[in-house]
Amino acid sequence: MAYLGKIFIILLSSILINNFIMSRFLGICPFLGVSKRVSTAVGMGAAVTFVMAMASVITYLAHYFILVPLEMEYMQTLAFILIIAALVQFVEMVIQKMSPSLYQALGVYLPLITTNCAVLGVAILNIDEGYDLFLTLINGIAGALGFTLAIVLFAGIRERLEMSDIPEPFKGFPIAMITAGLMSVAFLGFQGLIK
Amino acid sequence: MKVKDVLLNGIIKENPTFRLVLGMCPTLAVTTAAVNGVAMGLAVIFVLASSNLVISLLRNFIPNKVRIPAYVVIIAAFVTIVGMLMEAFVPQLYKALGLFIPLIVVNCIILARAESFASKYNPFYSLIDGIGMGIGFTVALTILGAIRELLGAGTIFGVSLFGQGFEPAIIMILPPGAFITLGLILALLNKLDQKRQQKQIKQA
Repeated sequence: MAYLGKIFIILLSSILINNFIMSRFLGICPFLGVSKRVSTAVGMGAAVTFVMAMASVITYLAHYFILVPLEMEYMQTLAFILIIAALVQFVEMVIQKMSPSLYQALGVYLPLITTNCAVLGVAILNIDEGYDLFLTLINGIAGALGFTLAIVLFAGIRERLEMSDIPEPFKGFPIAMITAGLMSVAFLGFQGLIK
Repeated sequence: MKVKDVLLNGIIKENPTFRLVLGMCPTLAVTTAAVNGVAMGLAVIFVLASSNLVISLLRNFIPNKVRIPAYVVIIAAFVTIVGMLMEAFVPQLYKALGLFIPLIVVNCIILARAESFASKYNPFYSLIDGIGMGIGFTVALTILGAIRELLGAGTIFGVSLFGQGFEPAIIMILPPGAFITLGLILALLNKLDQKRQQKQIKQA
């Protein structure tokens, strides 16, 4: 039962309270870059969810079955980024073969995910927090869902921003930043959810 | 191409944070205090300058097809070095920056300079470009950190400015403060840019 509670807390914490974008600042580049349309934001969210879940599990295995026995924990950063880069490449090839239509939809975003700090971030966080394999998977998925939630909401706001009358100097990035700031205030409201 | 131009390009004309809007994650996350901004900036200067130098030296040996993985490995090696050095000599700062030290690997500025500068120019210019870009990043982070620290805690580099009566606006050192401060700075720079352009049009 305690384990179930732990799963619930991880889900709640990674999706809402410590949202990857709004409070941990992981994955800001795609958040600002591909949030102009809701449809592209959903595509990016899906691609990131897939990669983050897989990356969490594989980096976990690599850490505990390769790096720790060899006493090479200091190689963590290098090993993880290589795994993620290879994984993204692999996922891209598999999707291209298995489902060309999905590849068409996600294609552009896949290579971008390698440099998404949320993926490397979640891999390192999982190890730092000492989660076991299943909790690692849950945390990876929850983090990615939080990312998707934030980017889709933000894209919805940005679509409307385009129609509105914004002072000239604020057009583009400045107003996007301030919008993100206000969203972040809203996410701060979840802070008291778990004591 | 003059050395001075290459150096200043990164600091002013193509400032990675204020002009190119690259590397936002560490920019927003670590600037809760000015000193964190400086520390992050110094770490990035080291990684950027060294990786630019090494990538430029190897630019004729790395096959075009595997260049991105090769760059990432070189960058990751230097990030690991920085992480270990900081852990050994400034453990407190290492703790404050935490996750964002290993995340320098995926800082878009570094890969962007490797791809757009170091892979094309000679090692000396690449080194200068790395240092210039790094200084530009450091300056931006320090400004952002100083503003947030001043408004959010009433101090600057840990020195209290307003005395006891000051009620700090805590929101400035919380995540929303980062987004809003950066948004306002970018808007201010846009405004200044427009003024300068109008002036030029009038003169012409």
